[in-house]
Amino acid sequence: MIPELGHFALILALLIALVQGVLPLVGAARNNQAWMAVARPAARAQFLLVAIAFCALAYSFLTHDFSVVNVTRNSHSRLPEIYRFTATWGSHEGSMLLWTLILGLWTVAVTLFSRHLPDDMVARVIGVMGLVSFGFLLFMLATSNPFLRMPMAMDGSDLNPLLQDPGMVVHPPILYMGYVGFSVAFAFAIAALLSGKLDASWARWSRPWTTSAWAFLTIGIMMGSWWAYYELGWGGWWFWDPVENASLMPWLVGTALIHSLAVTEKRGSFKAWTVFLAIGAFSLSLLGTFLVRSGVLSSVHSFATDPTRGLFILMFLAAVIGSSLLLFAMRASKVGLGGRFALVSRESFLMVNNILLLTATASVLLGTLYPLFLDALGLGKISVGPPYFNSVFIPLVTPLIFLAGVGPLTRWKQVNVPELAHRLKWGFGASVVVALLLPFTQEKWLPMVSLGILLALWIAVTVAISVRARLRTTAGWSANFYGMHLAHLGVAVTVIGVTMVSSYQTERNMRMAVGETVTVQGYTFRFDGVVDVTGPNYTGSRGTLEVSQNGKPFTTLHPEKRIYVASGMPFTESAIDYGFTRDLYTALGERLDDGAWSVRLFHKPFVVWIWIGSVLMALGGFMAITDRRYRAARKLKGGEA
Amino acid sequence: MRLNMKLAQRAGIIAFALWLPLSAIAGEAVPIAEDPVLEQRMIALSEDLRCLVCQNESLAGSRSELAQDLRQEIRDQLRTGKSNDQVIEYLTDRYGDFVLYKPPLKPLTWLLWFGPFVLLVGAGGGFFLYLKRRGERIAGESLSEEEKKRVEALLGNNGNKS
Amino acid sequence: MKRFLIPLGIFIVLVIFLGIGLKLNPREVPSPLIGKPAPDFKLALLSDPSRQMSPADLRGKVWLFNVWASWCGSCRQEHDLLLGLARQGIVPIYGMDYKDQPGDARAVLTRFGNPYVETVIDPDGRTGMNYGVYGVPETYLIDKTGIIRYKHTGPLTQEILDKKILPLAKELQQ
Repeated sequence: MIPELGHFALILALLIALVQGVLPLVGAARNNQAWMAVARPAARAQFLLVAIAFCALAYSFLTHDFSVVNVTRNSHSRLPEIYRFTATWGSHEGSMLLWTLILGLWTVAVTLFSRHLPDDMVARVIGVMGLVSFGFLLFMLATSNPFLRMPMAMDGSDLNPLLQDPGMVVHPPILYMGYVGFSVAFAFAIAALLSGKLDASWARWSRPWTTSAWAFLTIGIMMGSWWAYYELGWGGWWFWDPVENASLMPWLVGTALIHSLAVTEKRGSFKAWTVFLAIGAFSLSLLGTFLVRSGVLSSVHSFATDPTRGLFILMFLAAVIGSSLLLFAMRASKVGLGGRFALVSRESFLMVNNILLLTATASVLLGTLYPLFLDALGLGKISVGPPYFNSVFIPLVTPLIFLAGVGPLTRWKQVNVPELAHRLKWGFGASVVVALLLPFTQEKWLPMVSLGILLALWIAVTVAISVRARLRTTAGWSANFYGMHLAHLGVAVTVIGVTMVSSYQTERNMRMAVGETVTVQGYTFRFDGVVDVTGPNYTGSRGTLEVSQNGKPFTTLHPEKRIYVASGMPFTESAIDYGFTRDLYTALGERLDDGAWSVRLFHKPFVVWIWIGSVLMALGGFMAITDRRYRAARKLKGGEA
Repeated sequence: MRLNMKLAQRAGIIAFALWLPLSAIAGEAVPIAEDPVLEQRMIALSEDLRCLVCQNESLAGSRSELAQDLRQEIRDQLRTGKSNDQVIEYLTDRYGDFVLYKPPLKPLTWLLWFGPFVLLVGAGGGFFLYLKRRGERIAGESLSEEEKKRVEALLGNNGNKS
Repeated sequence: MKRFLIPLGIFIVLVIFLGIGLKLNPREVPSPLIGKPAPDFKLALLSDPSRQMSPADLRGKVWLFNVWASWCGSCRQEHDLLLGLARQGIVPIYGMDYKDQPGDARAVLTRFGNPYVETVIDPDGRTGMNYGVYGVPETYLIDKTGIIRYKHTGPLTQEILDKKILPLAKELQQ
């Protein structure tokens, strides 16, 4: 009964999404107030219905309703309660439902925080989001119904063990908050194109939305990376897998969009370009969905694939992006040029930032799809993996990070180059000297380490110069200003983490009998054997490693090897001692012939900095959206209306 | 504070005492690989190779049986003095370019390898040209705007009415 | 207007490729051995480990080389098809028991029937490696001069057999 209720709610949501997508848009075109007024209530009703469907599916999982195909395939009678709940979005069908739910959430947020906007703008934005939602609901009902019934099964085949992890609770919802959040910026861009009013005001309206979606996506990607780090058992944190690339591409374009929105809002320049980026960021989110779910690329964590689903998403993709780009081509040529600026100016710096980010995106896209291109042309099969991406990505990102230091110190319209050079020369000189010398304190001097440290120091120094200069003026608190600098500092922190761990990581693959020790970077690990453990839905072996430093006990680590009952597949659970300047990472391998075990031990210097930096970037984003400017604009407009 | 330190010291001594006999018997653990230097070479090489059976994993990271066999094969070949290139050739002869995570540079992959940098140079050049032309256009526009103002000023109130 | 159409143009090309991509299987790796001589081996026979066989013994014949194992579940899927093919007698099938216990392999053949003229044993998978085997079952079509002409990875289907393998085998036999 409950699953049918959920199914019915989805059908109703589909109908309301159609109303939400059509009436307000037509109303805005004909200036019909009554039709435009449908937008807000329709969006809220649609969200409510999708939420009901979501709860119905969660209920089916929590109550072990093995007459629902989705539950049977992704749950098990012995699956712990929290993972039964997260299994709601563990499957393709369920994750589409989560996606639509979050789209509804963003739309409702738009209905709440849009009082200061003109009615036709709100109607168009909500209408566009309604059409997107309609597409996804239709996709779900036509090809991926999460409530499909079957004869009652005895038991389920269990959730993928990799997904039975606390990371599953937060990672997908936050990642989707990011992906789907770009739909708001997209809807604003389309609304601006439709209305023909491509002025600076739409940029101001969509800026906080874009920044918050970007911040969510940053956290989402960071969590995925951290999850892969501790869950996959060999301590990598980025694999350039198609699924990761699918999340990185919208992030890169989103980053470009945030920067170009700043130019469009403040200076009225690059209007067409900014609209294009807003379309691009969301398009790449959609493309990512297609790549992960259609099976055109093989990836570590793809969903069970089905060609009809792939075809449907591709048609949806073609309709949404194709029509948007067509609209863009028709309207963008009529856009004005905006303010005047010199060749060397903050405008130009931000545009160079955009060019680098977009080239980086293009290279990720090219590398991800190149095997597909060659295969489609019958030219053979190749693989494009980490060596390619690293060798293309690093040269593109290096100048980008360098610019992140200079950019905030430049002036709009025209930069006085000698003055800027004068302000920066000491900072730059000090950064170079320290960056050259600092690696000598490590085991060996490496050019890449110096480069990484230089980039990080450069950002830190320029942020300090910029903040000091601002404190000397009478300008007060600006969330936007400090948020930006916090995010840039986050980049520096991440760069340090990446540089250190990729250059100075130590790995040991040992054969350890009970009582044997091994010393890695001053930490002595003693293997105290393995005991059998039984979890709710798995059995396993739990190792004990006593870690001591200089003869003093330091910590105890318990890496595990588990075999899940339903799948019978072995999985490793690493044990990590996290630290600010290093992680100790251990994983249990196989039992060897004479009762000894193979044990993998890693010393990973500064690896947490990668994720700390990402959190700082996201915090900077969240901080920027609290800026008074956005609220002031709201009050002012609210007063006028 | 002193008490804590003493306690810690004592705990340290006890732990040390407990640890000593065990270590005296068991001693240092040994690496799985007989030749750690060779092992490093093998891992570095197999990190850039793709495991064929897996969805998308490197030969170094995969736990599949074929990957283990191939790692052993690479180890054996390196031990007999073969170069990295010879090992790679051995693998591509059997499994094709698909096993290489770093696609070889040949006409078919020119677009892949040079595309990003051609794009960067093209976009940079395009942007420079755009800026130049934009400056000229804005200069033209603003002049005519000034002219308009002058016309308005000359026409006075009449101009505003219409 | 024209330069604003560029993104749309690129996107259309992309969609066409993605559409073609839907029909392709990214996991299927074509063998570089096609058109090359079948790698040599000299392996013991499953039926009588004291005797050995090598591809050179089959010169002048067009034959199918099927790599299988008793532990391989999807090999069971194609077993009946192979039995049927053996009964038709169009092309002889030789098997290779890959990384397996000979006893288990014999038990499978006794229980489900034996489609193979002979099966050779590759206990450590070294010959399999030379043939680029990455997922059993795999099937190779080898011509009279010992050149590999076709390779199929995964269980055979009636369609593959009727449309690809048998027509090619007949052509090669002439």
